[in-house]
Amino acid sequence: MKKTKSNKAWFLVLPVFILVAFSAIVPLMTVVNYSIQDIFGATRYFVGVEWYREILNNSRLQDSLVRQFVFSGSVLLIEVPLGIAVALMMPKAGKWSVVTLLVLALPLLVPLNVVGTIWQIFGRADIGLFGWGLNALGMDYNYAANPMDAWFTVLLMDVWHWTSLIALLCYSGLRAIPDAYYQAASIDRASNWAVFRYIQLPKLKSVLLIGVLLRFMDSFMIYTEPFVLTGGGPGNSTTFLSQALTKMAVGQFDIGPAGAFSIIYFLIILLVSWLFYTAMTHGDSK
Amino acid sequence: MAEIHLKSLAHSYNRHAEKPEYAIREMDHVWHDGGAFALLGPSGCGKSTLLNIISGLLKPSDGEVLFNGVKVNDILPQDRNIAQVFQFPVVYDTMSVFDNLAFPLRNMGAGDAKIQSKVSEIAEILELTEVLKKKAANLTADEKQKVSMGRGLVRDDVSAILFDEPLTVIDPQLKWKLRRKLKQIHQKFKTTMVYVTHDQLEASTFADKIALMYQGQVVQFGTPRELFEQPNHTFVGYFIGSPGMNFLEVKRCEQGVCLGEKIFPLNELEKQALQMIDSNNLKVGIRPEFVHVWDDPDDSAYRAEVEFVEDLGTYKIVSLRLGEHLIKARLQEDQKVPKEHAFISFPEQWLMLYIDEFLVAKDDHNEEN
Repeated sequence: MKKTKSNKAWFLVLPVFILVAFSAIVPLMTVVNYSIQDIFGATRYFVGVEWYREILNNSRLQDSLVRQFVFSGSVLLIEVPLGIAVALMMPKAGKWSVVTLLVLALPLLVPLNVVGTIWQIFGRADIGLFGWGLNALGMDYNYAANPMDAWFTVLLMDVWHWTSLIALLCYSGLRAIPDAYYQAASIDRASNWAVFRYIQLPKLKSVLLIGVLLRFMDSFMIYTEPFVLTGGGPGNSTTFLSQALTKMAVGQFDIGPAGAFSIIYFLIILLVSWLFYTAMTHGDSK
Repeated sequence: MAEIHLKSLAHSYNRHAEKPEYAIREMDHVWHDGGAFALLGPSGCGKSTLLNIISGLLKPSDGEVLFNGVKVNDILPQDRNIAQVFQFPVVYDTMSVFDNLAFPLRNMGAGDAKIQSKVSEIAEILELTEVLKKKAANLTADEKQKVSMGRGLVRDDVSAILFDEPLTVIDPQLKWKLRRKLKQIHQKFKTTMVYVTHDQLEASTFADKIALMYQGQVVQFGTPRELFEQPNHTFVGYFIGSPGMNFLEVKRCEQGVCLGEKIFPLNELEKQALQMIDSNNLKVGIRPEFVHVWDDPDDSAYRAEVEFVEDLGTYKIVSLRLGEHLIKARLQEDQKVPKEHAFISFPEQWLMLYIDEFLVAKDDHNEEN
């Protein structure tokens, strides 16, 4: 068969190309453009990797990066097992399963800045039930003054807000396991732990992969909630990367370093997401 | 190993509804120790339900399940010491084939040496030795089902092994081979095996005795030959054989039963039964294999019109019209095919009388069925 060659086919790809260009490539290249130049009004100098070097040596940003990793790590370590546990305990059918699903979905529907506000008030020692309660129990809790308390509150807020996502994903994953697996396991005299380890967990892998990636990316980019709750304080103790970036770009108008920072930020997320993906899908083809 | 006795067993999935529907209608049945049995029946007749009741995955709503005379209704499947293979392959994806096969043994606390020898023995029989180290997730559907079966077979102390249409997903060629393997395994270990299927060929090649199920009850339990020659319910006649039994609705008459003006002779037992039971639901049945087809008129033969002939390779099925009935007869390869009409006769020996769909036995010896 003779193949017809026609370059007209390129026109068919054009809409996608334009769309992707405007949604990703053009904005990203703008940032790249800023990150390699020093701009004063109308004058601009090419500075190469100078901003990158400066950003990588900035100790405040290094601190933020460490803080960010600790935060995302804690979020994953708490929310993933907790979400799985909640999903395992949820009723499988009937009216109570609907009720639990609704209750679990509620936090996901609350706007981010409202979540921050809720916890800001909830945690206050004078008028917030949570803060007042802890103090009434004899604990010296004050998230606005004590970095540990601030961290605890930010983490608790995130767990409250997002564990549902993991739980709902796992719940749907668990419901998709055919009964025959459980039946075979009981015939094989498998213990509950073995059922979890060899049936449920492997079958949850694909939903967990989505859950872990979503939670990693979201928590790594967290901005609104800690900004509303603690404003990054006390001191810089809850200042995460996105807040540091905003300060630099919008507050101090250091477009060049902020551009370099953005690119590094983006590459870190890409790298870590890729690592998670590879680690979790690794070993499928042995 | 055990004898499995189902005593006044019945099961309904909606027992507390106003009008409960019974998937298993009250029945008594015994699976003898060490036999190879098939549970045969059309889809939805309750075969799988019955199997799940035996293994304990389902709790019967009425009656008892006895293993060697001990009631096991309240014993969980894991404690019943039973193996079951399901219709679709169930493997533990993250484990290797070896670990899959070893899993039930490990759960029982078997020693390493025993696991090693048992797994390699079963892997050898099922031809899985080559893939023992492979991860179960990466097997083909055939191999996965073999692993599923292997997990049922590794335990040599089980009361029974239950198969729920295990070869549905398997290639036809391999199907035949695996069925023979199962038969060999049965001969070697003499474990009670119950094999659920809707395929009569599969049932008769695997089993010593077949239980034919219809509408939630075992209607006949016998050797493949008994089911073929003396189906004790019209459904058995219809379901077993290809094509099924011919049935003719008949009426009482002085000499026995009649079809129009034709009289079918009956023996003494049949006549007695006819007198005792006051029912007008009377049928005679004869297998297509036993219908005699003649070219020329004969004293006992009826003239029938040839409707059509199906050529099935080694034999032909001819459909003949006798009054308002269509009768199928099987012709041998070398037999001449009648053109427009033929003369057919029904040998008395193979002509069965059914009252209210149940067979009237020709001799006392068969009463027990």
